[in-house]
Amino acid sequence: MTGSPRIAVLDYGIGNLRSAEKALQHVGAAARLVSDAASVAAADGVVLPGVGAFGACARALRESGLEPAARAALESGVPFFGVCIGFQLLYERSEESPGEVGLGVFPGTVGPLPPGVKHPQMQWNQLVVPDGSVPAPLRGLGENPWVYFVHSYVPPIGDETVAVCDYGGPVAALVARGNLWGAQFHPEKSGRSGLGLLANFVALAA
Amino acid sequence: MRSIRLIPCLDVTDGRVVKGVRFVDLTDEGDPVELASRYDREGADELTFLDITASSDGRETMVSVVARTAEQVFIPLTVGGGVRVTEDARRLLRAGADKVAVNTAALERPALVRDIADEFGCQCAVVAIDARARIEGAGWEVYTHGGRRPTGIDAVAWATACAANGAGEILLTSMDRDGTKDGFDLELTRAVVDAVGIPVVASGGVGTLQHLVDGALVGGADAVLAASIFHRRQFTLGEAKSYMASHGVTIRPV
Repeated sequence: MTGSPRIAVLDYGIGNLRSAEKALQHVGAAARLVSDAASVAAADGVVLPGVGAFGACARALRESGLEPAARAALESGVPFFGVCIGFQLLYERSEESPGEVGLGVFPGTVGPLPPGVKHPQMQWNQLVVPDGSVPAPLRGLGENPWVYFVHSYVPPIGDETVAVCDYGGPVAALVARGNLWGAQFHPEKSGRSGLGLLANFVALAA
Repeated sequence: MRSIRLIPCLDVTDGRVVKGVRFVDLTDEGDPVELASRYDREGADELTFLDITASSDGRETMVSVVARTAEQVFIPLTVGGGVRVTEDARRLLRAGADKVAVNTAALERPALVRDIADEFGCQCAVVAIDARARIEGAGWEVYTHGGRRPTGIDAVAWATACAANGAGEILLTSMDRDGTKDGFDLELTRAVVDAVGIPVVASGGVGTLQHLVDGALVGGADAVLAASIFHRRQFTLGEAKSYMASHGVTIRPV
């Protein structure tokens, strides 16, 4: 392949996508916001962002017409990265929005953060890799990197979870299964650590 | 783990960073994009821009400052000042802000907080509260219009109402302390922290690094905000964070 990997950031009308686009460009990707299926199909990598509520994002993704393109990308095996609510949408449903369904790539229901801590978690926290190995997204980031979280709900910890953070107990923070990655935190807002992780994703798509 | 955020604040007017004492006697402190980049390199956990211009020209300038900042700074950015309707919030968020802070307009129309939360998510609806201790009687009163106009409203009650109305964070400034370097109003901070379940950013009065520690450990704030001690290079962010960490505050190291 010649040139920079083309990363499609799905623009389905939710939130501040400029940061994700700029951060990916900063680490060498030809990233752009896309809102049509053809551009998604042509991309070397796909980022599914999302902020706000699970239900609003699920609805917006469906109504934008981009859901089939997202599903096709997931089935094709192209590098795919769900961020924040985009990560939660990889699961079946969420207690936040009981009437809505997610993409269901991973099993389980997104639930509230543990009791006894502030909701939302709006802070930097350290990633902990349960078995001490270094999963692909975290290569070169150093031990227990600090990343920025803003969320009140979180997917369950499953076989796909490769890193957690401690917030009233272990909380799923990062998943990776082959080319499919998901992060509850915001790599595009996590300074050097976040840019390093995004660079790893861009390398995956190269 | 709960960690505390250290937030340099940039008061911006007509595209320049300024600093005043009790919101008056403004002096020029530099270019906001340059300062924002420097703070990012030094290890800021987040940045706050407050547009203290009242004019619509100034607000246009602010959108461009936010856009230029978002091209090179990859940490959370809160922008406040002059946000009166959800469209103002939308323009700032589109330009690259992560959160918008509302103040005067929320007091005039409390539904604004709910509107922003519904449209963009609670996480980006910050309510900025400028409070001053009551001269007669206990408690603190909310002021608007850059701290010039008393409202008669109790600051703790207002913070509680905002949290119930969808706010994701409270940016709490003591007008008594702002610019004085006497430290945060810790009683005010503690009163609001104890009353709301959402994060509280303490602001106004930082003159020493111990003040930052006190805001977190005595005031109970989730984040501490300061301006002039950083603009004038009295301390770097790194020095502040090292001091905080060695005095019992959990914070992301530089």
